[in-house]
Amino acid sequence: MEVTAGWYMSLAALLFIIGAGGMLIRRNALMMFMSIELMLNSVNLTFVAAGKELGSLDGQLAVFFVLVVAAAEVVVGLAIIVSVFQHRSSASADELSDLRG
Amino acid sequence: MVELVLFVILGAVAIFGALSVVFAKNPVYGAMGLMMTLFSLAVFYVMHLAHLVAAVQIIVYAGAVMTLFLFVIMLIGVDRDEDTSEKLPMQRQLVAGLGLVVVLIAGVAVVGGRFDWVRPATSTIEVNGTVQEAGLALFTDWILPFEATSLLLIIAAAGAIALAYYGPRRRDREDA
Repeated sequence: MEVTAGWYMSLAALLFIIGAGGMLIRRNALMMFMSIELMLNSVNLTFVAAGKELGSLDGQLAVFFVLVVAAAEVVVGLAIIVSVFQHRSSASADELSDLRG
Repeated sequence: MVELVLFVILGAVAIFGALSVVFAKNPVYGAMGLMMTLFSLAVFYVMHLAHLVAAVQIIVYAGAVMTLFLFVIMLIGVDRDEDTSEKLPMQRQLVAGLGLVVVLIAGVAVVGGRFDWVRPATSTIEVNGTVQEAGLALFTDWILPFEATSLLLIIAAAGAIALAYYGPRRRDREDA
């Protein structure tokens, strides 16, 4: 039985769903961040699988840029989380209601 | 055959790691689960001949990003009593339903096997993501996004430093 690109994309879809579910279920900002990382990684797997299917290197290069954006996002996001924690002694996303949203 | 065995084992490991991110009570276990998922994805990249991407995945993600996560977990402490009750009614059922729909669509994609809407490979040469090939493409066709990336990284680094420097503690110090 041959493992086609569809298999990898299905696995990526499953990982994306788990990440999206974690984003909705968890309240700790840190765990929400990890769920985002999970979603980004599942998309990376899709890029690589599609790149191989199309015989093009562009899929792999797209992964690079996703990686860089994810790294930048993590740096700023974690700085915000630490800053919020110093201010409120909690990393729960539900308690951030200063703007009365 | 080898690819099928590897796919099943590593796919199961990846999904287990992902589930532990969602359901782990202790954030450290969640981080370890995410690291497990990242490693199995790196093996998938090697199977797709994306050597450089696999190396970067291990070095940047498993090495740098996850270390940063663990540092922050240690820094702000582990609060175990996380409130996961929902304010919106039917939210979880809705998520589960939507997830099921996407899984069904993905299942159809597997049964269909090849993608007819994707144009077939123009050449029979295998894509080999070595450092040389990736670097060549990066510095010719992708030079503008590459340079934009450097700007993004500088802005992110400056933003993180500014957040740390002008944090709440410093304001208290200046008020006093």
